[in-house]
Amino acid sequence: MIHRYQSGGFNIVLDVNSGGVHVVDEMTYDLIGRIEVDAENGMSDEDILSKYGAGMSDEEKEALEELLALRRDDMLFSKDIYEPYIDAFLQRETVVKAMCLHIAHDCNLGCKYCFAGEGEYHGDRGMMSFEVGKKALDYLVEHSGSRKNLEVDFFGGEPLLNFEVVKQLVAYGRSIEKEKNKNFRFTLTTNGTLLTDEILEFANKEMGNLVLSIDGRKAVHDNMRPYRGGKTGSYDKIVPIYQKAAESRNQMNYYVRGTYTHYNTDFAADVLHMADLGFKQISVEPVVAPTEEPYALTLEDIPTLCKQYDILAEEMLRRRKEGKGFNFFHFMIDLAGGPCVAKRLSGCGSGCEYVAVTPWGDFYPCHQFVGEEEFLLGNVDDGIVNTDLQKKFHACNVYSKEACKNCFAKFYCSGGCAANAYHFHNNINAAYEIGCELERKRVECAIMLKVAESAEEDTEN
Amino acid sequence: MIMIYGGSIMKHVKTLNTRDFKKSMKKGGCGECQTSCQSACKTSCTVGNQSCEQAK
Repeated sequence: MIHRYQSGGFNIVLDVNSGGVHVVDEMTYDLIGRIEVDAENGMSDEDILSKYGAGMSDEEKEALEELLALRRDDMLFSKDIYEPYIDAFLQRETVVKAMCLHIAHDCNLGCKYCFAGEGEYHGDRGMMSFEVGKKALDYLVEHSGSRKNLEVDFFGGEPLLNFEVVKQLVAYGRSIEKEKNKNFRFTLTTNGTLLTDEILEFANKEMGNLVLSIDGRKAVHDNMRPYRGGKTGSYDKIVPIYQKAAESRNQMNYYVRGTYTHYNTDFAADVLHMADLGFKQISVEPVVAPTEEPYALTLEDIPTLCKQYDILAEEMLRRRKEGKGFNFFHFMIDLAGGPCVAKRLSGCGSGCEYVAVTPWGDFYPCHQFVGEEEFLLGNVDDGIVNTDLQKKFHACNVYSKEACKNCFAKFYCSGGCAANAYHFHNNINAAYEIGCELERKRVECAIMLKVAESAEEDTEN
Repeated sequence: MIMIYGGSIMKHVKTLNTRDFKKSMKKGGCGECQTSCQSACKTSCTVGNQSCEQAK
């Protein structure tokens, strides 16, 4: 299976099943399209040369020989051989290696798109106690098998409303990791309004990653992320705090992270605004919201949004050449050292490797399912008791999803988000169409940026 | 555009250095890499942009 597309002035051919990325000239790009069906269906080299070679110029024949050489090396028109491998891989014992700790089901902001309501996840407000958090970390350690690196995200609501417990849990984690032969990687996700110098100093010492919520331009941000009551936005408060935080972390191991909605389908301007503020690690994601919400993205928005990704990619290229580059999370792609195929195909791990823990110690498959009782997996005292539900998540992978079968991006999204699939189609093995369309576009842009980088290196050499 | 690929001179195709998915079947699956939603996405699933712990 291949995916051909033109972007940034390049003719790009992705060999889906090997991960091979080829840049070809215009003539070869057309030639690949002509031979694609026969080449995919296994027609022999001789038969392809005989069928297509007649009447070809010497140059075209030369290009055809090159394509057939790549096919012989399984770098073009390669086959998907992974389904039995993933089946065997998924038979392995389930271990938990990551937790999203809902330190606070409460928030001082009233963000309009928050999937947690206004922090309380459609339930009661509440704070996680140290005792509940400690039991969660103990559960993680005891059920992580031989995994050394354990990830814990302090999440909310707004976790800094319960910062003392965050500190206590980090101290507890650090106190047991040597004895248990584990390495905790902590992340703090915050709206920034309570991020003091003292907390920042703590975060810089203990948090491997800091996720700082901001949507971009002031008007865009303040419209969607006001304080509770909705009258005042939070932009002016957080921007200087975030700038200080980013610099204090040497512009690494953090993200300013935003959400774009139907209200700012020109979101490239928001990303660039954050870059103009001096941030080097930027993530801006599409909102996921019920279709009846006025800020929800629509199918009609997709062409506009895809164009925005093109605009952003081209501007990133320009800024990189000027020495003013920055990273955009969804355009980052590690072609040479990226994940193994097991990781790429076995899903996001929600409900298995990854669980969310409420302030009361209940386990859910991920933060997006919290508060939906049919997705209650268990709790910190009894462990995972709804094993039938866990099995359903465990079986969730690229091959369990019909929509992924012929998608070129399946090795880059791992089958997409189970929560989005469920919330739009009542089925964790379905596909959320808007999310899929945007993911495909982001993968195209990400690969194009790598191609451009490679071309720049060629020019320099 | 001229490059060497597998001992052959390629004039029409430039192949980027990518990790061969098939080869990763042999040594992959250790599970030490980051969980998708623990990075900077909480509402989508992004895997391709992560790095392999073994390759670090």
